[in-house]
Amino acid sequence: MALNYTKKTINHFLKPQNIGKISKPDGYAQIGNMICGDQLDFFLKVEKGKIKDVKFLSFGCASNIATASILTEKVKGLTINQAKKYDWKKVVKELGGLPRQKIHCSVMAVQGLQKAIADYEKKGDGEVKKPIAKKKSVAVKKTASKK
Amino acid sequence: MQVYLDNAATTRLDPRVLAKMRPYLTTKYANASSIHRPGQQAFLDLTRARQTVAKLIGGEAEGIIFTASATEANNFIIKGVARANRSPKKNKIIISSIEHPCVRESALELEKEGFKIEFIPANSDGLITPAALQKLIDDTTILVSVMAVNNEIGTVADIVALAKIAHSRGAYFHSDAVQAVPYLKLDVKKMGLDFLTLSAHKFYGPKGVGLAYINRQIKIRPLIVGGGQEDGYRSGTYNIPGIIGLAVALELAYRERSAYLKKVTALRDHFWKSLKKAIPEVKLNGSRTKRVPANLNIMFGYIEGEAILIDLSFKGIHVSTGSACSATNLKASYVLRAIGLDKNFLNSNIRFSFGRFNTPAEIDYTIKCLKETVKRLRSFSPVA
Repeated sequence: MALNYTKKTINHFLKPQNIGKISKPDGYAQIGNMICGDQLDFFLKVEKGKIKDVKFLSFGCASNIATASILTEKVKGLTINQAKKYDWKKVVKELGGLPRQKIHCSVMAVQGLQKAIADYEKKGDGEVKKPIAKKKSVAVKKTASKK
Repeated sequence: MQVYLDNAATTRLDPRVLAKMRPYLTTKYANASSIHRPGQQAFLDLTRARQTVAKLIGGEAEGIIFTASATEANNFIIKGVARANRSPKKNKIIISSIEHPCVRESALELEKEGFKIEFIPANSDGLITPAALQKLIDDTTILVSVMAVNNEIGTVADIVALAKIAHSRGAYFHSDAVQAVPYLKLDVKKMGLDFLTLSAHKFYGPKGVGLAYINRQIKIRPLIVGGGQEDGYRSGTYNIPGIIGLAVALELAYRERSAYLKKVTALRDHFWKSLKKAIPEVKLNGSRTKRVPANLNIMFGYIEGEAILIDLSFKGIHVSTGSACSATNLKASYVLRAIGLDKNFLNSNIRFSFGRFNTPAEIDYTIKCLKETVKRLRSFSPVA
């Protein structure tokens, strides 16, 4: 099988950006597994609705590593809403294309990141916007029940 | 430094083989089926090559059918024997679970035609045992096919014992011996082989030429029909340069066998010893003892095979992997699956295959690079 990775893909594989863990992340997700041959773990640090930091770990092939690398590079600094809109086609475009059988790597990387964002949104607390909304609703309920 | 450690995929053409082939590409180019003088000269040279090969594998010259590849030879034998010998009483083909895709796919094609196909399981050492064949064979079996040496993990099958079992139940026996030259001494008669497959480019010969050895007493249907070359068993213009190349390469392989084995074994041992010292969490796949010295299939814990391969390739070291990520069907090697490898480790394997043109310095360089590669990839593995 021919594997003609672009120069950019190779660069991201050989020198991946944002690798590692974030301790006490605001969002975390794991996608894939060793049996299928690729797994990604994403860690998020969110501040004021923006992705302040994002890191990943990979058990995967060259394009698995490269797609996660470029994706994290591109979404760092974006708002959560902007990051949610970052789809796999953009990842492929940024890399200058991927071999056909490797397209799923970009899909998986994006799904993994979305999962980490969902985890962040689920946790919610510690941030500015969400907790306020939560406290409000809780307060309303409480007062309502008291009455 | 460029280090080619993928000799099980293909080998570099031996310059001595090329020298013998060259005249047949330039001046002695006549068609061996032509009846003019240069044509007949080519036919004589073809016959001589056929006799050389026959002698080297202990068979009859008339049993040698040259093909364009081992894939073609295996298709011809598996399908040709099955289709020609089918009867209400005989309908079963048995192959091992670790055969090359060309044998496997041929058998699966036969299954669609209504043949019963059985797969002999391999044990955890990657070996096909006579006991395992014994369980599947019966009097309805037409053909048993077990490869002499596995292409992925380099394990060696007990072909003689397996052939005996096949014959005891009235079945024919075929062995794909593509990876066996010159590691095993081939003698079709002594080994009890009815059919055998070889490929020139696996032993420093040219690509595009292989052979099917057939027992002419056994019915077989041709795969390719046309001008009736190879006594009608395989039509198509004789590939004289290729056939000459195959014969010369096979001759050299067995003439220089002992020195070659010594060299490759030394390289392999040096590699394995240095690797064990340099990198933790590595494991050899397949039997430690019943294997050819040219092959080491190694599991590297916590990292993925294709990533290792690509990283090494940028350092000038060229190997292969059975990981899902490298396969067009995105499925991990069925051979590694068949030997019962832990599912979590199916995608972490690299095949290193050594050959005549490798040097100890190349092995040292490979170990040095491998250490860096593994360290780097493990540094960001979520499972390490």
